[in-house]
Amino acid sequence: MTLNATESQDHISSYRTYFFIWAALMLLLVATIAVAKVEVSRYSVLLNLFIATVKAGLVLFFFMHLKYENWFLKGVLFMVLVMLAIVIGLTFSDVWYR
Amino acid sequence: MIVQAAGRRDRIGAKYGMWLFLFTEILFFGGMFLLYSVYRSEYPVEFHASAAEENLLLGSINTAVLLTSSLFIAVAISAVKKGSYRLSIIFQVATILMGLAFLGIKSVEWSEKITRGIYPNSPVLDKMKMGDILFFGLYYVMTGIHGIHVFIGICVISSMVYFTLTGNITKENFSKIENTGLYWHFVDIVWIYLFPLFYLIT
Amino acid sequence: MENTASEYESFYHGKGKYKGILSWLMSTDHKRIGIQYLVALLTFFSVGVLLGLLIRLSLIAPGKFIGQETYNRVFSVHGIIMIFLFIIPGVPVAFGNFFLPILIGARDVAFPRLNRFTWWIYLAGATLVVFSLFAAGGAPDTGWTFYAPYSIRAKANITLAVTGVFVLGFSSILTGINFVTTIHRLRAPGMTWFKLPLFVWTLYATGWVQLLATPVLAITLVFIILGRVFGVGFFDPSKGGDPILYEHLFWTYSHPAVYIMVLPAMGIISEVIPVFARKKIFGYKAVAFSAIGIASVGYFVWGHHMFTSGMSDTARIIFSFITFLVAVPSGIKIFNWVSTLYKGSIVGSAPIYFALTFIFLFSIGGLTGLIIGSLEPNLQLHGTYFIVAHFHYVMFGGAGFAILTALHYWFPKMFGRMYPERPAKIGWFILFIGFNLLYFSMFILGYEGMPRRYFDYPPRYFPLHLVSTIGSWILAIGLAIIAGNLLRALFKGPKAPADPWGGRTLEWTIPSPPPTENFAETPVIRD
Repeated sequence: MTLNATESQDHISSYRTYFFIWAALMLLLVATIAVAKVEVSRYSVLLNLFIATVKAGLVLFFFMHLKYENWFLKGVLFMVLVMLAIVIGLTFSDVWYR
Repeated sequence: MIVQAAGRRDRIGAKYGMWLFLFTEILFFGGMFLLYSVYRSEYPVEFHASAAEENLLLGSINTAVLLTSSLFIAVAISAVKKGSYRLSIIFQVATILMGLAFLGIKSVEWSEKITRGIYPNSPVLDKMKMGDILFFGLYYVMTGIHGIHVFIGICVISSMVYFTLTGNITKENFSKIENTGLYWHFVDIVWIYLFPLFYLIT
Repeated sequence: MENTASEYESFYHGKGKYKGILSWLMSTDHKRIGIQYLVALLTFFSVGVLLGLLIRLSLIAPGKFIGQETYNRVFSVHGIIMIFLFIIPGVPVAFGNFFLPILIGARDVAFPRLNRFTWWIYLAGATLVVFSLFAAGGAPDTGWTFYAPYSIRAKANITLAVTGVFVLGFSSILTGINFVTTIHRLRAPGMTWFKLPLFVWTLYATGWVQLLATPVLAITLVFIILGRVFGVGFFDPSKGGDPILYEHLFWTYSHPAVYIMVLPAMGIISEVIPVFARKKIFGYKAVAFSAIGIASVGYFVWGHHMFTSGMSDTARIIFSFITFLVAVPSGIKIFNWVSTLYKGSIVGSAPIYFALTFIFLFSIGGLTGLIIGSLEPNLQLHGTYFIVAHFHYVMFGGAGFAILTALHYWFPKMFGRMYPERPAKIGWFILFIGFNLLYFSMFILGYEGMPRRYFDYPPRYFPLHLVSTIGSWILAIGLAIIAGNLLRALFKGPKAPADPWGGRTLEWTIPSPPPTENFAETPVIRD
């Protein structure tokens, strides 16, 4: 991996961007409560988890600046999440078929 | 090509270190989420019924509080990078207040449950169904360990206020507060998942 | 570069703020921290060996020397000390700390103060564990695995010991973070990824395993503590908990932990073999990538520790299959080492004796691992001495012998003294004989059905137990000779030159022992 000069320059997000992200997070919070209350279908739990993931993504990419990081951190984060998913999956290969 | 540490702060190195630490945190909480998902799949009915007992209003307010605190710390970091230290301190203090508010609301929830006799190993809880025992056990452990993380975050941000005041954190040297921000956002993300899992699966 | 007449100050004499013992404890110099770790590790290793001898002694005459209760505590403590205090921190904290920065041409690790902090919390964790042995309530008797629900109900000092292991885990995680960051950020100019010494590659892979596996152990131990202190019943069937989930979580860490022990050990072997075979390593990239391969596949095979604990058939088949996959990268390494030796002009110095023994013993450990990795034989052999023999071949024959290799290979660099070859080789020979008597008889014992952890047994197992115990005494004599030889050389050995073995890596370009700053000026690596 090479680290060139541009990567060491820092990105400064504007207050405006942060405010919009915060507003989006609040809307999603309202949405997720609405989904849970209305109980559209039995998939509302999955929908709630999906909304949570969108919220987490906004925090990760904008508040935590992942959007401006190099491929290494993004790639490793992805790898870690896949690993956790596999671990949970393998455990369920026991729990579900026991 | 490679930055040598000698005499120079390696800001990217510090950031890598923090991200690596957050990866370990993902796996740490991952163990709890694993337990949650297994027991939820074994006791779906009880988990739904127990989640209905949670105080949705307080939970939602707490989510909003924590999300707002994330905004505040992000603004505080941008302010440091732009050199507006006074603004940064204001927002750091605001973040701390939000964190304290979160813990306050959390303790109201906990004490309300404890007065009803619902806490691990309590006679009331042990008479309930097994799924309920597990649900409330997970509730206390997961929100408790998350709460400890919030508390540690508050302590760390307090020391950042001190460092900003004493000029230790500047717009050239802001690794400390940037890493603190990463940690705080991560704690926020954990809550983003805890909220639906304990309050919204009714 | 040779040691020139010009004066330099080694890191032993460097002046710091503090004097005496504090100049060590407060030091952020990776070399001083490495030496301190080494001393602590070898101390705990000696204690572990003594406990192991006690187990073997008890087994030739059950009840004559120690009672059943004590026996349970002794084998538990033997495991806890050997695993958590010696072999898991093992190679990375001692040799990794000392040599990683030098091997990549850096002055120190990325976070020197964090490094010192890991040493402190290692001490703190070790203190807690040791304290748990003597506090009222008695030493842990759960085995090193702390299986729930027994570990949640047992009267012994489990809480203290588990807290200690939790703290040790924290130390391990922070070391991993430090090393991975160091390798990413502090390589000298021209030190590209594929010029890194193989030991660095394995430390890199190990760092990731430490990072990503240890937190799972941490949360598992937290569950035990919460279960004992607050009565949270996650693994208690009477409260709806599932004890098998404990095993899942525990082995999700503890199997990758095997690679934390063995990967850097393989790295040492990959350094030593080319030096003494006077050849370049065969298939550098294959060896480097196989380290990453072992680390990543090794994360998903934990279930093979649980074939007989009531897991679903589906899971058993999946885990058995993935287990076989790990054999591939391990095999690649063995083949490459042997190919490196092929047609090399091998220099018969002490380090290569230990390195070749590593290959031999580790191969036996690995191949028997395939036997118990497959479902059918496992059902027969699980929980017998076969398992005990297998993991001692992997851990002692593998990681343990690699540490002995590293000690003999890097001793001149670390301490600036040479040791006499002859006693080292005599010690090696006695150790080798003792090791195989001790552990190979366990393979046969296990095959004949002797269960592990049992205090007593039917008379027909006695002859092999006797052979095994005699082996343990021979092994101890071998270790004593090796230790005595090195200790004597520490004070009386002749001064070591900068490069006694003809090594090509960076540590041999600087004087022995290294100066505080490692390099007078940052080295630049050209092909």
